[in-house]
Amino acid sequence: MQRIGVFICHCGSNIAATVDVERVTEALAKEPGVVYAVNYQYMCSENGQQLIKNAIAEHRLTGIVVCSCSPRMHEATFRKTAEAAGLNAYMVEIANIREQCSWIHKDIEEATEKAIVLARTAVAKILLDKPLTAGETGVTKRALVIGGGIAGIQAALDIADAGYEVDIVEKRPTIGGRMAQLDKTFPTLDCSACILTPKMVDCAQSDKINIFSYSEVEEVKGFVGNFDVKIRKKARHVDETKCTGCGVCMASCPSKKGLNEFNMNLNNRPAIYIPFAQAIPNVAIIDPEQCLKLKSDKCGLCQRKCGVGAIDYKQEDSFVERKYGAIVVATGFRPIKLDNFNEFGYADNKDVVTSLELERLMNAAGPTKGTLLRPSDGKHPKVITFIQCVGSRDVSGCGKPYCSKICCMYTAKHAMLIREKYPDTEVHVFYIDIRTPGKNYDEFYRRAVEQYGVDYIKGMVGKVYNENGKLMVQGSDLLDNKQIVIPSDLVVLATAIEPDPSVRDIATKLTISIDTNDFLTEAHAKLRPVESPTAGVFLAGVCQGPKDVPETVSQASACASKVIGLLAKDKLKGNPCVSHVDENMCTGCSQCEQVCPYGAITYIDKEFRIGGGKTETRRVASVNPAVCQGCGACTVTCPSGAMDLYGFSSAQILKEVEAICKR
Amino acid sequence: MKFSYYPGCTLKTQAKDLDRYARLSAAALGVDMEEIKEWQCCGAVYPLAKDEIGVKLSAVRALDYAKHEDGLLLTLCSACHNVIKRVNDDMRNDADINLRANNYLALDEKYNGETKVVHYLEMLRDYVGFDNIKKAVKNPIKKKIGAYYGCLLLRPGKVMAFDNPENPTIIEDFITAIGGTPVKYPFRNECCGAYVKLVNPDLTERKSKKVLENAKENGAEIVITACPLCYYNLKQTPCEDMEVVYFTELLAEALGVKD
Repeated sequence: MQRIGVFICHCGSNIAATVDVERVTEALAKEPGVVYAVNYQYMCSENGQQLIKNAIAEHRLTGIVVCSCSPRMHEATFRKTAEAAGLNAYMVEIANIREQCSWIHKDIEEATEKAIVLARTAVAKILLDKPLTAGETGVTKRALVIGGGIAGIQAALDIADAGYEVDIVEKRPTIGGRMAQLDKTFPTLDCSACILTPKMVDCAQSDKINIFSYSEVEEVKGFVGNFDVKIRKKARHVDETKCTGCGVCMASCPSKKGLNEFNMNLNNRPAIYIPFAQAIPNVAIIDPEQCLKLKSDKCGLCQRKCGVGAIDYKQEDSFVERKYGAIVVATGFRPIKLDNFNEFGYADNKDVVTSLELERLMNAAGPTKGTLLRPSDGKHPKVITFIQCVGSRDVSGCGKPYCSKICCMYTAKHAMLIREKYPDTEVHVFYIDIRTPGKNYDEFYRRAVEQYGVDYIKGMVGKVYNENGKLMVQGSDLLDNKQIVIPSDLVVLATAIEPDPSVRDIATKLTISIDTNDFLTEAHAKLRPVESPTAGVFLAGVCQGPKDVPETVSQASACASKVIGLLAKDKLKGNPCVSHVDENMCTGCSQCEQVCPYGAITYIDKEFRIGGGKTETRRVASVNPAVCQGCGACTVTCPSGAMDLYGFSSAQILKEVEAICKR
Repeated sequence: MKFSYYPGCTLKTQAKDLDRYARLSAAALGVDMEEIKEWQCCGAVYPLAKDEIGVKLSAVRALDYAKHEDGLLLTLCSACHNVIKRVNDDMRNDADINLRANNYLALDEKYNGETKVVHYLEMLRDYVGFDNIKKAVKNPIKKKIGAYYGCLLLRPGKVMAFDNPENPTIIEDFITAIGGTPVKYPFRNECCGAYVKLVNPDLTERKSKKVLENAKENGAEIVITACPLCYYNLKQTPCEDMEVVYFTELLAEALGVKD
């Protein structure tokens, strides 16, 4: 006979203001099986936990029900408490009377009734609970980082520094990501390349880091500590082991009309190219869409010119299969497409550029060698107008509802750098609000206004149109309550950022969740900000939400520390709430195998005694408890009721339903 | 295809062409426009005052009439369309206006915004289909045509749900359907100056001139509009070599039914 204790938490006023905790305590004390019920202000506090431990000993409890917040918040806490008092950790049930009750109801009567029902439901379930023991699995001491931008680079360096192997998978031909395209970085105005390229080189030189450039994650199987990942190395048509990055092939290539992606398509590159001077790996790649040899079997010049015989037109995609203990997702961002914002004339005017394009126009390695020239006629622009929030904070549905967070700062940076380098240039900035919180950030923006005389105009821009060779920026000055038109030579759009589209595919492969804006969801916004809800998968950089370089680096290092903490373990405790099969009932229909998203179910031929000294061989399901995540898909699919989950048995769920329905 | 049709006052006086060519074209396209009986003024600009109820009633009457027909109320004048569509939105979503309007009208059955308000252009796009218009065209209008949207068809964007208010395309698509070449110019959705014409005619002329000149600079030979007020203001503005016509006139010409 079970002896159950019920512990009702006030959560300060979070629960107690809406739920009459005294009445819940009284009602639960009368439940069959319950020998003790008590309420307390903060059950998760040290005193609260001590109260539970004492009660377990004093009342010889065999199981406890804690009526408190969501199990996602404190189930682990109370399991530890129970274990410390000598109970099995799985003889604990949580009744969520906060998120699913007190927070969403206003009426005390209603909320109290519901809290009682929820608590009774938990009691009904725990009466059928059995002690469970978690199995153990080993940990592969290697991490996978998906994405080789600053987030991935920092995470990889930190993990490698702790002595673990790391693989970086980068879909582009070089690591470096968006940061490599930036000219200067706020708020200190360091040259982006000067601070990034040493880190890229560190990655290349580390004996712990292995870079798979121009590669993509093809398939992910397994679970925390034991991921099996298949990586597709896309054909670059150049042998990485032979190429020395000398660049002779680039000079010899006759097909020079490819768009230079690194320079935001502002100039051209040959069909065989190295993305930029500091690329890592410093290896050439052939663009198959553009290469004459690959397209029409004419040419072949680069192969003849290459001194080391690195060019291989016949190279095909190859695959690598590796095991990993942890995965970091750092897939980054891209500026949004401006198709929905024709009013700014981006598609029709060469001199309307995005901020990232301006970075390249100002960069010494960019198409204009660092001299700011208009793309249309190569002249110095004398009047430059910036438009902020292009596609950010947009509720019309054309853009993104969120603030892209980095634009106020980089626009101030651009304005300041232009005024510094070309003092005769007039610079205007249209803004909705200026958002520059952070260390030395607001001071930075104020410098742009006060020291550099940048003209900030509060108001939005309605349209940009061409008139007599000038870009007319028509907007409103809200502080002056006037419509104004600024004839400009160059217009810069502070374009919203969005997660790189590859993140959707990655999220599916890793079974991690994604929000309505395609940002990856962290396990807990405040308490587990770098973990995904899937164990062993961590998030760094803009794939999780808009952030600048300093924040990205912080998050990447935080990610690395989580990965190191995981890889430092030799064994991981599994989840004992996994499915199991009643072999006597199993008909071998294979339906469970088909629905299992984790590949945890296989079929085996097994011999059974059928009486009279005879045996028969039947095909039955077999669950690998190390792979099973306890989702329950098989239990509801099984037509004969042979599949069941430990800790969530069908019988328990029926008892819960009964407890909810009976009055 | 049958629609209850609400012409509005201007289409019976100043903008007879807009109405006449719309009817001829509709007949050619097999659309039945049945003018509703005893329609009254849409209320002009007055229903836009949130707390005014009396002036919203005639719009509700027209909407209720259409509800008992096929549930579709066809409009043509941009101003009427704007007023009726917005009053309909209020009847759907503003409990206070709904209550007071229904109390006033004491209809047999309460009106709760059931009717769908369809502008003639939307009818062409969504019910006839621009592809079918293309097929029905007998004399393609082989000219460079600038669409002038004005403001009333597009804004407020969420309620009108007509097209993207910053980058509309429906009239350009219409122009393509009748065989013309659409000229996209930045000022196609700027204000013509509207009623300010009465108090500050210079200002209106400046605004309208800007629209026409911008269209011309971008290569338009004709500017078409759906709004009688825009038409009036643009017509009053001198601009050489620029023709301003109602979109229905070009439609009738393309369909070969212009008399």
